[in-house]
Amino acid sequence: MKIHEYQAKEILRKYNVAVPNGVLISKKSEAAKAARKVGTSVVVVKAQIHAGGRGKGGGVKLAKSPQEAEKHAGNILGMTLVTPQTGPEGRLVKKVLIEEGMSIAKELYMGILVDRETSQVLIMASEAGGMEIEEVAADTPERIIKETVDPVIGVQPFLARKIAFALNIEGAALKAVIPFIINLYDAFIKEDCSMLEINPLVITSDDRVLALDAKVDIDDNAMFRHKDTLACRDLDEEDPLEVEASKFHLNYIKLDGNIGCMVNGAGLAMATMDIIKLSGGEPANFLDVGGGADEEMIENGFRIILSDPSVKGIFINIFGGILRCDILARGVVAATKKLKIKIPIVVRMEGTNMEEGHQILKDSGLNFAIGSGMKDGAQKVVKAIK
Amino acid sequence: MSILVDEKTRLITQGITGREGMFHTEQSMKYGTRVVGGVTPGKGGQKVLGNIPVFNTVRDAVAKTKANATMIFVPPPFASDAILEAADAGIELIICITEGIPVSDMVDVYKYLKGTNSRLVGPNCPGVISPGKAKIGIMPAHIHKKGNVGIISRSGTLTYETVGQLTALGIGQSTCVGIGGDPIIGTRFIDVLALFQKDRGTKAICMIGEIGGSAEDEAAYYIKKHVTKPVIGFIAGQTAPPGRRMGHAGAIISGGQGTAEEKMKVMKRCGIKVVKSPADLGKTLQKAL
Repeated sequence: MKIHEYQAKEILRKYNVAVPNGVLISKKSEAAKAARKVGTSVVVVKAQIHAGGRGKGGGVKLAKSPQEAEKHAGNILGMTLVTPQTGPEGRLVKKVLIEEGMSIAKELYMGILVDRETSQVLIMASEAGGMEIEEVAADTPERIIKETVDPVIGVQPFLARKIAFALNIEGAALKAVIPFIINLYDAFIKEDCSMLEINPLVITSDDRVLALDAKVDIDDNAMFRHKDTLACRDLDEEDPLEVEASKFHLNYIKLDGNIGCMVNGAGLAMATMDIIKLSGGEPANFLDVGGGADEEMIENGFRIILSDPSVKGIFINIFGGILRCDILARGVVAATKKLKIKIPIVVRMEGTNMEEGHQILKDSGLNFAIGSGMKDGAQKVVKAIK
Repeated sequence: MSILVDEKTRLITQGITGREGMFHTEQSMKYGTRVVGGVTPGKGGQKVLGNIPVFNTVRDAVAKTKANATMIFVPPPFASDAILEAADAGIELIICITEGIPVSDMVDVYKYLKGTNSRLVGPNCPGVISPGKAKIGIMPAHIHKKGNVGIISRSGTLTYETVGQLTALGIGQSTCVGIGGDPIIGTRFIDVLALFQKDRGTKAICMIGEIGGSAEDEAAYYIKKHVTKPVIGFIAGQTAPPGRRMGHAGAIISGGQGTAEEKMKVMKRCGIKVVKSPADLGKTLQKAL
C-alpha cells in the first residue's frame, strides 16, 4: 500500500527519525498561518500525491513569505499535477505540506528494501542524492553502497558507521547519522514496509541530518497487524474500478485494451493477456478471480470488467482445479442474463467438471463462443470484436 | 523416478482441522500419499479423516509418526511460525501453501532455515506432485500423468495449463514443483533444476517463470553451466505494465527490472528453448523429447 509523504513522515517521527517541521493544509486560506507556524524565512510548499517527480511538474515551490506561500498553495491545491510518474492524466492535488526551508550542505540517498536475490533486507545509500536511484544504478553503479542486514542482530552501530563513512559524512553530522540509520531500519521493520526511500537525505550547514522527502510502501500482506496504517489509504489515488474490485477480493488491474479477461490464477491471467496480444488483440484488464470463486464473485467480476467502456468483448479462461467448471459456468450464465450482456463472450474451460460446465453453457440458450484451448479462445475473441 | 516426493514420503498437515487443510489432506490421501498425521495446537488427541491422529505440536507428530514432510495450510498471520516449528522438529520437506505471509516474516524464516536441514517449498504455491506416486498440495490430480518431464513453476494454474497440454499429447510428468509466487521463497528454480538434472526419471524440463525479480536469469546461467537435459521456458507477463503487482506479491516490474522481455532474452542466450505463446508449451516439449 502506498502512502503520502506527510503520512510517511508522521511514521518516521514516531521512530525518532528527524524530518523537517511541517504543517499539512487542504485550503489556500490556511497557508499563510501554516507558514508562520513553521517559522523559517523560507518555506517549501509541497503537493501531496503518491507519484514522484512532483518538482518537475510544478508541485514543489519555495516561498519567501507567508503571502507567497499562500499564492503557491492556491496554485497547487486543486491542480491536476502531471509528473513523469503519473502518466498524462495526472493526479488531483487535495493536500499541501508546508515545511521549513533549510540551508543544505549535502544531499544523499538512502533506501531500505527486501532484496530478492539474498531474501534479506538491504540498505542502499549513495552520495548521488536527489537523483532517481534507478538512473544512478544504471549510469554509475559504483556510487551506490549496499549493505545486507542480518535479521537476527538488525542494524548495529558498526553497520551504520560503515555506511556513514562510505558516504563521507564527517564531524557532528556523523554523530547524528548513526541513530538516524538505526531508527530508519527500526521503522522499516516495525511498520512492515516493503520499501522505504529517503531521497534526499540532507545534511544541513548546521550539521542536522533530516529526511527531506520520504516515500514509504507498506506490505499489503502485513496490513492485519497495522490497522492504524490502513487509515492512510487514499482511495482517490487508486483507479476506481480497482478499488471496487478489491471490495470483492478480486484482483483487478485496468489496462488500455478492449478485451476484458476473467481468469483463475495470477500466472494464467498474465499468460492470457499475453496470448490475446499475440493473437492481435489488446487486453483491457488483468483479473484473477482466484481458486474459491463463487457465482457472486463471477457476477462482480463481470460488472467490473463491463464498467470499463472500452471493453468490446470478454475472454473467460479457466483451468478448473479447486474452482469447478460447472460452478463457473452457472455463474457466467447467471451474470450474463442478469447484466444483459450484449458483447461477445468467449469461454475456454478445462479441468475439473469441464463436461458439466460446457453442458450448462449450451443449455442456457445464450450465445457463448467456446474456445477449445487458450489460443483458440484468444483468436475467437479477437475476431469477434473486429 | 521423481524428485522431492514419492511413495516413501510420510506426510503430516499443519492446520489439518481447518476447512482447506482437511479437504486437501483428504484429496492427497485419495491420490495415494501416505498421510500419517496432522497438527493443530489444542486439538491433539483427536482423529480426523478416518484414522489420522492430530497432534498439538510438530515434535509430537514426528516422534509418533516419523513424518518427514509437512503441508502447511495455516492462515497467513501464523504461517511463518508453522514453518519455523516444522524446521525445529527436523522435518526435511516443508511445503507451505498459504498465500499472504508478510515479507518481513519470511526474511526471518529464510535466515533461520539456512542453519537447518529443512527444505521449504513455497509459500504461496500449489505444492509438489510426482504423478502416480504422491501429491502434496492443491493441484487437480486427474490432469497429471506419470512420465519423464519435470516442471518447475512460479504459478499454479499456469502449471495446470502446461500439465494439461502435455497429458493431452500423451506426455507424462516425473514431478511438478510449484515454487510459489512470493518475493521470498524457500526453494528456487536453481535448486529444483539441480534435482531434475540428477534424477534419472526426468528427460526434459519445463520452467515457467513470470515478471519480477531475477530468479529466471539466475536459473538460465545455472542451466548453461550445469544442465544437460533439454529445457523449455516461458515467462508470463509479457504485456504487464511496469510498477503494478500482477496478482502474485512477487510479480512486479520495478525500476525497469524483471521484465519478461529481458528474462526471455537471457534464457535464450543460455540455450533454453523459450516459447512466446503459452499455448505452445506442450508442442515444444514434445519436439524436445
